[in-house]
Amino acid sequence: MKTRAVIVPSGGANYGSLVEACRRIGVDAPVSADPTRILDATHVILPGVGAASHAMRTLREQRLDRVLPLLRQPLLGICLGMQLLFERSEEGDRPTMRSAFERSTASLPRTQEARRPSPGTWPSGPAGMRESSMDARFRGHDDGTVRVEAPPVDAVACLGLLRGAVRRLPAAPSWPHMGWNTLHNRVEHPLLDGIGDRDWFYFVHGYAAPAGEDTLAVSDHGERFAAVVAHGNVFGAQFHPEKSAAAGRRLLANFFALT
Amino acid sequence: MLARRLIPCLDVAAGVVVKGVRFRDHRVVGDIVELARRYAEEGADELVFYDITASPERRRVDPEWIARVARELDIPFCVAGGIRSVADAEAVLAAGADKISVNSPALARPPLIDELAARFGSQCVVVGVDAEGDAGARDQWKVIANSGKPEAASDSGRDLLDWVREVADRGAGEIVLNSIRADGVRGGYAQAQLAAVRAATSLPLVASGGAGNPEHFADVFERSGVDAALAASVFHSGEIRIGDLKRYLAGRGIAVRR
Repeated sequence: MKTRAVIVPSGGANYGSLVEACRRIGVDAPVSADPTRILDATHVILPGVGAASHAMRTLREQRLDRVLPLLRQPLLGICLGMQLLFERSEEGDRPTMRSAFERSTASLPRTQEARRPSPGTWPSGPAGMRESSMDARFRGHDDGTVRVEAPPVDAVACLGLLRGAVRRLPAAPSWPHMGWNTLHNRVEHPLLDGIGDRDWFYFVHGYAAPAGEDTLAVSDHGERFAAVVAHGNVFGAQFHPEKSAAAGRRLLANFFALT
Repeated sequence: MLARRLIPCLDVAAGVVVKGVRFRDHRVVGDIVELARRYAEEGADELVFYDITASPERRRVDPEWIARVARELDIPFCVAGGIRSVADAEAVLAAGADKISVNSPALARPPLIDELAARFGSQCVVVGVDAEGDAGARDQWKVIANSGKPEAASDSGRDLLDWVREVADRGAGEIVLNSIRADGVRGGYAQAQLAAVRAATSLPLVASGGAGNPEHFADVFERSGVDAALAASVFHSGEIRIGDLKRYLAGRGIAVRR
């Protein structure tokens, strides 16, 4: 069957690189928010840059948060798009470290989104649960001061197609995780066909899902996190295959070969 | 393990790539897309395109060449120069750039950094910082504004390390530290300054200005702990090939993508 791919817009400014990366491996992948076209596609890609809260708002405004759980064909979340597949994310409206601190001390009420159960295929469980302030992180400065960095108090409810919550990566060795990294603990899977220890992928993200039952491969930056995930028809890559040269082309081609 | 990145910087003016020594006396070195493709094939980890005319002439960056580059390139690239607002950044990112870099406009109006991070996410907001070089005491390191146009360049009055901390707090996702004295003279990166900035922030840090030979790259990774090294003329002239440089760095035990 001929591949009919669709890229779902999630509020990022730029899908051109992804469209071109698909074109280079012979797949026409237009961007469309039309539920009929999305449901009719053979493969669906959910990209994303920016903050989870903004992206989820964009999906809800287009009612795509109701469409994506209906898919039975392969769905690939990329970077933030992968994070949106989980139950919730720590990443609120204001992504900066200072803002996170201000929010944690300002006793802001939790948002409606944070309280709403996730619309996923699993029971909502702890979705929307307040992230603990135990997670406050300490960062030393060379002037001798130590600043408390707490995550935003309100977790953002996401699509809930995968179990678990997306968390902020540690401040050390550097934050965000930006650059080329490799995959470890790879599970044998068609999505990772031909991908080995010496293949490098381009990551740029400050939040990630911890490794869990659906993890196909992990990567390391400050801590171990899920780099590639799969559960049923739902797949995710925390890196950008469209920016990862030959290794990225391979992963995209593997995805389009899935049925 | 996260690889150390090598980033050729291509200065762009009127749709072609140029490189100035000490920001003067530009010479054309080639077509943008052709050079971008060449560097990607050679193993560049990322590219920076600096529109040297947009910033001092207060023009917007032309999205046409950005879209052409985005179509060709399967590694990330950043566009610098002439981005003064969220709308400017949006045009550049929509054309296909992965990151935007701001410098003098952020000095003139620091909340620009917060606005860009809130709208696009920290991961695509790079702040370029020009400093005078690391001769002298660290409390005399000042940030220079408008360094792209020598007659307009001025001391911003900001202390380098204070500005770096402020930039990080406002939500920047990466810092490019360019040492003006070191730039174009190939005497090595400004190690003391880079090490001090490295200690002041956990943001990814890119060293810029001063690369002359492979040892300079190895030294800046080993001694200053930077995430990436940016260079222009040594790459553009063909004196250092990226593939050779990566082999050399790997031989010194530095993690690079090969």
